[in-house]
Amino acid sequence: MKSILVIGNGMVGYKFCEKFVAKKTSENFKITVFGEEPRPAYDRVHLSEFFENGDAKALEMAPRSWYEENNIELITNERVTDIHRASKTITTINEKTFSYDYLVLATGSSAFVPSIKGVEKEGVFVYRTIEDLEGMMAYADQLKKTNPEAKAAVLGGGLLGLEAAKAVMDMGLEPHVVEFASKLMPRQLDTRGSSVLKNKLESMGIHIHLSKATNKILGENAITGMEFGEYDKINVDMLVVSAGIRPRDELGKTCGLEMGTRGGIVVNKKMQTSDPEIFAIGEVALYNNMIYGLVAPGYEMADVAVDQILGTSETLMTEDIDMSTKLKLIGVDVASFGEPFMPVEKGYSIIFENKTKDLYKRINVSHDGKKLLGGILIGDASDYNMFHQIYLNGLPIPEDAEELILGARGEGGSSFGSAMDIPDAAQVCSCESVTKGAICSSITEGGCNSLADVISKTKVTTGCGGCKPMVVDLVNETLKSLGKEVKETICEHFAYTRQELFGIIKVKQLKTFDEAIDTCGKGDGCEICKPLVASIFASLYNDTANKEEVIQDSNDKFLANIQRNGTYSVVPRIPGGEITPDKLIVIGQVGKKYNLYTKITGGQRIDLFGAQLNDLPAIWKELIDAGFESGHAYGKSLRTVKSCVGSSWCRYGMDDSVGFAIELENRYKGLRSPHKFKGGVSACIRECAEARGKDFGIIAVEGGWNLYVGGNGGATPRHAQLLAEQIDNETVIKYLDRFFMYYIRTAAPLMRTSTWLDKLEGGIEQLKKIVIDDSLNIVKELETEMQSLVDAYQCEWKQAIENDDMVSRFQHFVNSEATDDNIVFVPMREQKQPAAWN
Amino acid sequence: MDTILNKYSTVKESDVKVWFKTAEVNKFAKNGGVCVKYKDLQIAVFNFERRNKWYACQNLSPEKKENVLSRGMIGDDKGIPKVACPLHKKTFSLETGENLNGDLAPIATYPVKIEGNFVYIGFSE
Ligand SMILES: Cc1cc2nc3c(=O)[nH]c(=O)nc-3n(C[C@H](O)[C@H](O)[C@H](O)COP(=O)(O)OP(=O)(O)OC[C@H]3O[C@@H](n4cnc5c(N)ncnc54)[C@H](O)[C@@H]3O)c2cc1C
Ligand code: SF4
Ligand code: FES
Repeated sequence: MKSILVIGNGMVGYKFCEKFVAKKTSENFKITVFGEEPRPAYDRVHLSEFFENGDAKALEMAPRSWYEENNIELITNERVTDIHRASKTITTINEKTFSYDYLVLATGSSAFVPSIKGVEKEGVFVYRTIEDLEGMMAYADQLKKTNPEAKAAVLGGGLLGLEAAKAVMDMGLEPHVVEFASKLMPRQLDTRGSSVLKNKLESMGIHIHLSKATNKILGENAITGMEFGEYDKINVDMLVVSAGIRPRDELGKTCGLEMGTRGGIVVNKKMQTSDPEIFAIGEVALYNNMIYGLVAPGYEMADVAVDQILGTSETLMTEDIDMSTKLKLIGVDVASFGEPFMPVEKGYSIIFENKTKDLYKRINVSHDGKKLLGGILIGDASDYNMFHQIYLNGLPIPEDAEELILGARGEGGSSFGSAMDIPDAAQVCSCESVTKGAICSSITEGGCNSLADVISKTKVTTGCGGCKPMVVDLVNETLKSLGKEVKETICEHFAYTRQELFGIIKVKQLKTFDEAIDTCGKGDGCEICKPLVASIFASLYNDTANKEEVIQDSNDKFLANIQRNGTYSVVPRIPGGEITPDKLIVIGQVGKKYNLYTKITGGQRIDLFGAQLNDLPAIWKELIDAGFESGHAYGKSLRTVKSCVGSSWCRYGMDDSVGFAIELENRYKGLRSPHKFKGGVSACIRECAEARGKDFGIIAVEGGWNLYVGGNGGATPRHAQLLAEQIDNETVIKYLDRFFMYYIRTAAPLMRTSTWLDKLEGGIEQLKKIVIDDSLNIVKELETEMQSLVDAYQCEWKQAIENDDMVSRFQHFVNSEATDDNIVFVPMREQKQPAAWN
Repeated sequence: MDTILNKYSTVKESDVKVWFKTAEVNKFAKNGGVCVKYKDLQIAVFNFERRNKWYACQNLSPEKKENVLSRGMIGDDKGIPKVACPLHKKTFSLETGENLNGDLAPIATYPVKIEGNFVYIGFSE
C-alpha cells in the first residue's frame, strides 16, 4: 500500500480526493489529508452565502463522514510545517511525522495585505475564510450598535473586492470601494466598461474611489479612516482588504522546490514540481508562469495529478486556460470572457453602450469576421453563457457579427438559437468538465427528471456556479423535448406556482387545507405550503388566522411575534399613529402589570415585548376592552400607514394626512398578502412620513395627491415609483384597491411589492396600464374582491379571547397551569431583555 | 445550558417504565402540537390526524435551547412526518428525531398511546 499525503484541505485538495477515490485503481493507496482550518473543505466561491444564512454546514464540500467512508484520513486544525525530501516525510505543528510515497501540495493562497502603515489596526479584515467572515459580521454588529451610519471600505475594486463590498453593504454598513488603478476590475474590464459599472454601482449606493493609493490607515487602536494624500482622506469604521492573493508556497520554499520569481511553486504539465514525487495543484501552483485564482483550472489540475499518480493515462494540463468570469451576487450583471481587450493585430471590436440604462457590451471578433475572441458584458449578461460557448468551441457567428449584441435587425430578439444548438461535445461546466451531451443524456438516458437530479448525478454547477443559467436552459429544453413539464413549484406537496394555486383554490372554492391538498396536492403538507395556503384563504375569504390555526405560521397561530427567547410581542393597532392620552395610559398600565419591555417603533406605534404565551389572552382582553384592536404585526399583512402631522397642525400642510392615513389603515387592516405591506401619507413634499419608502406612499401636492407604489426600507431600500398624479381621495382608494389586489393575486410568496414590480414585465408603465387604463379588463373584479375583503374584516384577537377553545391554545402546558421556567430575562436600561443565546 | 439538553433522551416503546397520563384527546389540536409537562421535562405532543398517528418529542429546540417545538408546524418531507421549529424552520423527523434539513443533533422522541380517551406518553423513569 502506497501513501499519499495531501497538504491543504481546500476546494482543490478536496477535489483531488474525490477524483482519486472515484478511480478503480485507487485501492492500493492510502490518502491522508492535512487541513489547517478547523473544518473540512468548504465552498469558498460561495463564501458570501454564509453571511446570508450563517450555515457553515451547507457550504461543506462533503461531510466528515464522507472521508471516513472513503477510507481517507482527514486531520483538520493541523498545519504542516516541514517537508523532508530526503526521508520522504513531513512534520506538523504538533510535531507529528508522516511519511509519503507521493506528496500533493494544495495549500492554496492567502489574501495579500499590502504593507500600508496601520493595516494591523482593529477593524481591518481580509475575505477568505469562514472565520474572516464571522469576524467581520461580529465587528459590523458592534459598530452598528453605537453608530447606525457606520461606513466600511474595501481596498481593491476587483472581482473579489466588489463581492466584499456587497457583503458589507448587506451587513448594513455604507460601502466604499477604494481602487489603486483608474478603473474597476482592471483585469477584466476596459475603461468604458468600468465607467458604466461605476455609474451603476454608485446608483446602488456603493461609493467608488478610483486612482487612490492608500498610504495610511488612520485611528488609535481601531481604524477610523484611510488617508490617500495629505488632504485626501475618507472616514471609515471598518476595512476589508481585497488586494489580490499570494500563494501559500512557504513549504515549497523551505524544502528547496523550484519557485517562481514572484512566488508560487513551479509545476509542469503533469502538475509535478521540480521533485517528481511532489505535486502542486490549485492556487499554490505556478503553471505557465501564472497563478490562476479560479476553481476551474484548480479542478483540472486535480484531475491531472490523480491520473499521473495512478499512472493510468497520459492526461496533461491544457495549454490555454480559460479565465472567463462572471461576477456573482452584486445585483448588476458583469461578465468578461476570452480576450476582453483586443490588440488590433488580432481583430476588431464592436461596442454598444447605453448610459441611461447602464448597459455596455463589447465583443471582439477576428479580422475575417468568423470567430468570437472575447468580450465584456455589463448591465445585462444574459448572453454570457452563450457567448462563452461560442468562444470556447469556436462556433460559427452570424455574418454580420454585430447581430450578436444588437439582435437581428427588424425581427429583434437574439440572432442565435437556443442552448440546444451548441454541439454535444461542448464543455458547458468547466469546473466539473461536463459536456452538453452529458447533461442532456443524463435526462434522456440516465433517468434524471429535474435540475436537482442532473446536478446530483453530474455535479454540474457545483463549482463556481457560472454555468447554471445554461444548465437550467439545457435541462428545461431537454425535459420539454421529452414532453415533461418544468416549472418552479411551491414545494414537494403542490406542483403549482402560488399564482396557479391561487386560481385553483378560487375557482374550486376550496376552504380548508385538507380540501386543498386532497384536491390538488399530495402528502401531508409542510411549513412552506401550509402558511401559503392559509395566506391564499385569507386573501380570498379574509378568514382570520383563527379559522385553521394549525396551518398558520407560528406567529399567526399565536397572533403575536415570537421573540428570541420564545416569548412574544404585543402590538395594538394605532391607525395613522394617532392616539389619545387615555389610550396611552392603558398601554402603560398593561406594560407595567405584565412587566413588558416597551418601545415606540418606526411604524408609529408601540410594541410591548416579553409576554409569555399564556399571558397573551389576558393582555389582549385589557387592550380590547380599552378599544384597541390587533395590529397584525405578526402577519404577512398590512402593518401601518404612517402619517405626518399634516394640515391640522403643520404650517406647510396641504391636506389632512393623518385623517387620510387613518382611513386607509382601517380600510386595509387585517388583509393578508404575499408579504408585509406598509403605507405612508405626507401632507406636502417635505415628506415627513417617508411615504416613498413604503409599499404605497401618498403625498399631497397642488390639486390632489400623488400616489407612489413599490417602495420599501430594509436591506435594499427602494423609493416607490409614481403611479398617478394629482388625484382625489376617492381615486387614491380606487387605484390602491386595484394595485393591492393585483399584487395579492400575482406575487410569489414572500415577495415585497418592489421586487414584484421589478419582475412585472413592463414595470411601472405596465402597472399604470393595468390599474389606470384597465388594459386587462379586470379592475371591476379587483375592486369588488377588495370591497368584500374589507367588509369581512374582524379583529382576530377579539375573536380569540371570546372563545374558550381558542384561549386554551395559549396555555404553555396542556396538563398544567405552570409556565415555561426556562425563560430568562436580564435587565437593560431600566427595562429587560432576553438572556443571550449560547 | 447543555445540561438542559441532556435531560432528554429517546425512549423506545420496549423501554417504557411509566405511561404518564396527560389530558383528554380533545385537548390536543388536530394536526397541531401542544406541550406536556412531566417532572421537569417539557414534551411536545402532535396529533397528526391526517395520518391517524400521535407523536411526541422534546419541546426544546436543540439549536437555540428554547422550549418551542410544540408551537411548530407539522408536515412531511418525502413521506417522513416532521415538525418545523418556529424559530428558524429547522425540521426534525417525528419518527427518529433526526434533523432533516441540517446537521443538528437529533431530538429525543417518546412513544404515545391513547387509552380511554386519554393521551399517555411513555418514559423510562
Ligand atoms: C470570496 C471569494 C469568492 C470567490 N469567487 C470565485 C468565483 O466566483 N469563481 C472562481 O472560479 N473562483 C472564485 N474564488 C477563488 C476560489 O475560491 C479559489 O480559486 C479556490 O478556493 C482555490 O482552491 P485551493 O484548494 O487551491 O485553495 P484554498 O481553497 O485556499 O485551500 C487551501 C487550504 O489549504 C490550507 N493550508 C495552507 N497551508 C497549509 C499547511 N501548511 N498545512 C495544512 N493546511 C494548509 C488552507 O488553510 C486552506 O484551507 C473566490 C474566492 C473567494 C475568497
Ligand atoms: S410633510 Fe409637510 S405637511 Fe407633513 S409635517 Fe412635514 S412639512 Fe408638515
Ligand atoms: S462552470 Fe463552474 S460550476 Fe459549472
